[in-house]
Amino acid sequence: MSLSRVLVGVKRVVDYAVKIRVKPDGSGVDKTNVKMSMNPFCEIAVEESVRLKERGLAQEVVAMTIGPSQNMDTIRTALAMGADRGIHVVCDQDLEPLAVSKVFQAVVQKETPQAVILGKQAIDDDCNQTGQMLAGLLDWPQGTFLSKLEVENDALKVTREVDGGLETLNLSIPAVLTCDLRLNEPRYASLPNIMKAKRKPVESIPVADLGVDIKSHLDVLRIEETPKRQGGGKVESVAELVDKLKNEAGVI
Amino acid sequence: MNSGAFGRKVLLANARWLRRGVSTLQPEPEMKELGESVKKFTDKEVAPFADEIDKSSVFPSRLWTAMGDMGLLGVTAPEKYGGLGLGYSHHCLVMEELSRGSGSVGLSYGAHSNLCVNQIVRNGNEQQMERFLPDLISGEKVGALAMSESNSGSDVVSMTCRAAEVNGGWKLTGTKMWCTNGPIADTLIVYAKTDPEKNSRGITAFIIEKDMPGFSTSQKLDKLGMRGSPTCELVFDSCFIPNENVLGKVNEGVYVLMSGLDSERLVLSAGPLGIMQACLDCVLPYVAERKQFGKPIGEYQLMQGKLADMYTTLSMSQAYVYRTAVDADKGFTSRKDCAGVILRTAENATQVALQAIQCLGANGYTNEYPTGRFLRDAKLYEIGAGTSEIRRMLIGRELLNPTSS
Repeated sequence: MSLSRVLVGVKRVVDYAVKIRVKPDGSGVDKTNVKMSMNPFCEIAVEESVRLKERGLAQEVVAMTIGPSQNMDTIRTALAMGADRGIHVVCDQDLEPLAVSKVFQAVVQKETPQAVILGKQAIDDDCNQTGQMLAGLLDWPQGTFLSKLEVENDALKVTREVDGGLETLNLSIPAVLTCDLRLNEPRYASLPNIMKAKRKPVESIPVADLGVDIKSHLDVLRIEETPKRQGGGKVESVAELVDKLKNEAGVI
Repeated sequence: MNSGAFGRKVLLANARWLRRGVSTLQPEPEMKELGESVKKFTDKEVAPFADEIDKSSVFPSRLWTAMGDMGLLGVTAPEKYGGLGLGYSHHCLVMEELSRGSGSVGLSYGAHSNLCVNQIVRNGNEQQMERFLPDLISGEKVGALAMSESNSGSDVVSMTCRAAEVNGGWKLTGTKMWCTNGPIADTLIVYAKTDPEKNSRGITAFIIEKDMPGFSTSQKLDKLGMRGSPTCELVFDSCFIPNENVLGKVNEGVYVLMSGLDSERLVLSAGPLGIMQACLDCVLPYVAERKQFGKPIGEYQLMQGKLADMYTTLSMSQAYVYRTAVDADKGFTSRKDCAGVILRTAENATQVALQAIQCLGANGYTNEYPTGRFLRDAKLYEIGAGTSEIRRMLIGRELLNPTSS
């Protein structure tokens, strides 16, 4: 069996190597002149989708992104890695996971993929909600935090990383999948593939055309830096350690 | 200054990002994309092995096919032979990134992809391109070029390698010196005198194949730097070269040679850019971490002055290289600027590498740190592809030549 179409989500985020700076007024993260890249978990999702296609287990890989015009870079990266075509939902405001899920739902209804593969979370807001909400909205089965994906007969056999170890599930198709770190190691695009990606089609859809409610339900009060870590101290003896644990820290 | 915000990661990230500030000089939108992909490749496949490559003096052969798979070997070659069909600005970008990872890898890459591949692209006929380019571009075969001889360096047209016409081809006799990639090359472009009496008008370019009877290589040279990029002498003893291996026209090799030198100098000038970037990448985290008198040495103004000089030297060099490359891609190849970019970047890289050693102090003087290698590698570019002296002479001559562009 092979999946007729896989929809893979790619988010544009501040590059993982960049040290985040909070805006002085606490309204958010400073993104001016900051390097942006594809969310690393989305890279894993693209890699897995492309591998499915290379193994003959998927026929078409469609990469989708939501965001401003610069998100075209992110779509191009996905196409250079091997996605067949792109969908760019043009939207200039930051969306909450529920709104993102609804936009995906609208595109899923249009594209009718047999699987939606997403990163487990984005490294900017760390929400880890979109995949789960999308599965709920679509009423599809979900496999989250995947470390392995196999296609067996008419089902998807997935291995999930859970607290107690690994959990294996069989999901019927269509399904929503989210990728964890150890699922694969994403490739970097070769130069010929980057050039070929320029000829692959990308459809731009203004978010308003999807007729989805993307209203924000949360007010961000303040964003602030995490407190600076205090250095520890050294003790001379076990007795001193016990004394400090008992009387200073009050933990024993 | 807040020393907390002056941590290693900030500096590394900023150094990368600021470097990309030069992208305004690289108008093609794919430049950034290509650059980032080559950077990832370099960080994974090249940079971690740079020390070992230098210490063992061995170019890892697996890199040729890896670079081929990545599409780096035929940047300026037509797509139908496996190339990218792009320009010199793209080629410089790849050269810069690879040289940041390892000067030796960058140099051997430049010799292969420009001196050999690009010369065949520019001067080869259809059959030659079909025969030689696909294997060179995939990395199955390694390319090289040889013009200098023991007694013909700067005065290259005084070469004495002699090709005598015989039935169906030529018999080549003589030696070539300092051939980059010589010990490992399968396909070599070699210049020889076909009509010695006509001097520079009697030179012809040939494509030599490794297994041609009468062709051999002498032992690998023991060099100061660029130790992973193998160099040797080529020996021709009545080596028969069929007519179909003549590159360009008989007795017109000097045009192939001189115009090839323009593109060679332009592309190789990006090598020193990569070395300078490597210097900054090494120095910035070091001065942020190394503490003396209770604070990181990067917080002292004498050290910051060095950093600023190194950074602006790199940025100016990049600006000159990419402007010259973009102009060349638009069809305005300037001989004096092709000589100018490598003159400047080469000398700048040596100076920046010296400063990098100074920033690291005693550590910089040991081989535990890569700064010594940066210096040894950088120095090559003041000598190879024409010495600084020849470049200056050329630029001066062009400036006084009323017909020069």
